[in-house]
Amino acid sequence: MPRSSEHTVKAFDDDIGELRALVSEMGGLAETAIGDAIHALTRHDLETANRILDEDVRIDELEAEVERLAVRLIALRAPLADDLREAVAAIKIATVLERIGDYAKNIAKRVPIFDHRVDIEPLSILPAMAQIVQEMVHNVLDAFAARDAEMARMVIERDSAVDDFYDSLFRALLTYMMENSHNITQSTHLLFIAKNLERVGDHATNIAEMVYFAATGEYLEDRTAGETHMADIEELEE
Amino acid sequence: MNDATDTQAAPEAKPATDEPLVDPASLKMTARNVDVYYGDKQAIDDVSIDIGMDNVTAFIGPSGCGKSTFLRTLNRMNDTIPIARTSGQIELDGEDIYDPDMDVVQLRARVGMVFQKPNPFPKSIYENVAYGPRIHGLAGSKSELDQIVEKSLIRAGLFEEVKDRLDDSGTALSGGQQQRLCIARAIAVDPEVILMDEPCSALDPIATAKIEELIHELRGKYAIVIVTHNMQQAARVSQRTAFFHLGNLVEYGETSELFTNPHQERTKDYITGRYG
Repeated sequence: MPRSSEHTVKAFDDDIGELRALVSEMGGLAETAIGDAIHALTRHDLETANRILDEDVRIDELEAEVERLAVRLIALRAPLADDLREAVAAIKIATVLERIGDYAKNIAKRVPIFDHRVDIEPLSILPAMAQIVQEMVHNVLDAFAARDAEMARMVIERDSAVDDFYDSLFRALLTYMMENSHNITQSTHLLFIAKNLERVGDHATNIAEMVYFAATGEYLEDRTAGETHMADIEELEE
Repeated sequence: MNDATDTQAAPEAKPATDEPLVDPASLKMTARNVDVYYGDKQAIDDVSIDIGMDNVTAFIGPSGCGKSTFLRTLNRMNDTIPIARTSGQIELDGEDIYDPDMDVVQLRARVGMVFQKPNPFPKSIYENVAYGPRIHGLAGSKSELDQIVEKSLIRAGLFEEVKDRLDDSGTALSGGQQQRLCIARAIAVDPEVILMDEPCSALDPIATAKIEELIHELRGKYAIVIVTHNMQQAARVSQRTAFFHLGNLVEYGETSELFTNPHQERTKDYITGRYG
């Protein structure tokens, strides 16, 4: 949503700019971590996996920084209307990005489990799935930066593709495990990884809903009504 | 100016639903197509608004937007300004308050007012409150008058602080106490509507909080309309807020909605501090 003008108090603009920059930085790190984690997994790159674990600390720090800054902004500037919605969205988005970082970390932690000798076919599907969720995270942060409700809505639409990926991986892995019980351990780990990516897609969707609200002041109607994905069913059981 | 049933274009409110902003059952005052001129200069341009009994209504807007001028039309306070000219229709319980037969003194008892600067009479605390009921003949005896004074001071949250010195001068009180005395004075004549024009702008934060608490307590007993420059105050004390700009009523809505999701660009710019 375009801004009509700057705040009369310029320092207010500076504070909001700083808050947005922090959220963008966090988003960039989380997005990269997801891509790198899958990359490390498919290439058995232990070095990258370890780096992801280290960098997750920075994401956690940024989350605390966003929260501090947003609370200070609310206390000192008493923001209203879109400024208020944006400050609240920043806190919520930071929390979600921290979770996305954790999923990347989870995936990275599993890298040592898969060595070069393992050639599980479903493993080759993961990069494509990761690509989509990475783009969702990337686009939703662009939408936040541009206060673009329409772009946020488009991110949400992509989530069903992620769910479809998860559903097909789930079936493939199940078949794999039934064929040979030696496959069960690694297949289960892969299933967890797929689930992590699927959750990242859900989180990107949550962020999109927050961006939409921050930009328009309206809530998006419930997107999942009537859909039953394998992914959704498991969430209920979680 | 006499057709109460004619529901002309609703105020420029943008409620999400088709329901009127003010429940017809609680409707206290209605203004339709009100214009106010000071000489040649138009201060209020075609303002229509409903004031409900069941809540506090805040008028906000930049200086010179007309919010105080409009407030003063609600009890014909602008009549005291020779060059002011008001047209349109304003009703109190369906009664046209600009009707030539309207007793203005009586009207101002029904629609009381509290001003920006506390303005107690240079008389005792007791006399400040007793004056109105006495001239309006609301008390039949001294003891009845005593009761009205006490009840009004209690309602205004001042009684405990002044009960032992009711004969002291009202002007000797602190600013916050003086303002509550003025509210007690307004309450004493048993009004239906209380108009407050920046009642806290001369008070410190503690005295302000006491007035705000008082407004909260008085809600529902009287229809309260408050003009304030302090948006946080409007957000704290009111349930409905009207935003005025350049003599127009730009937006009128639920306070919680107006401050989180204003529908008009001008409202948003003003409340977020991007005005001008």
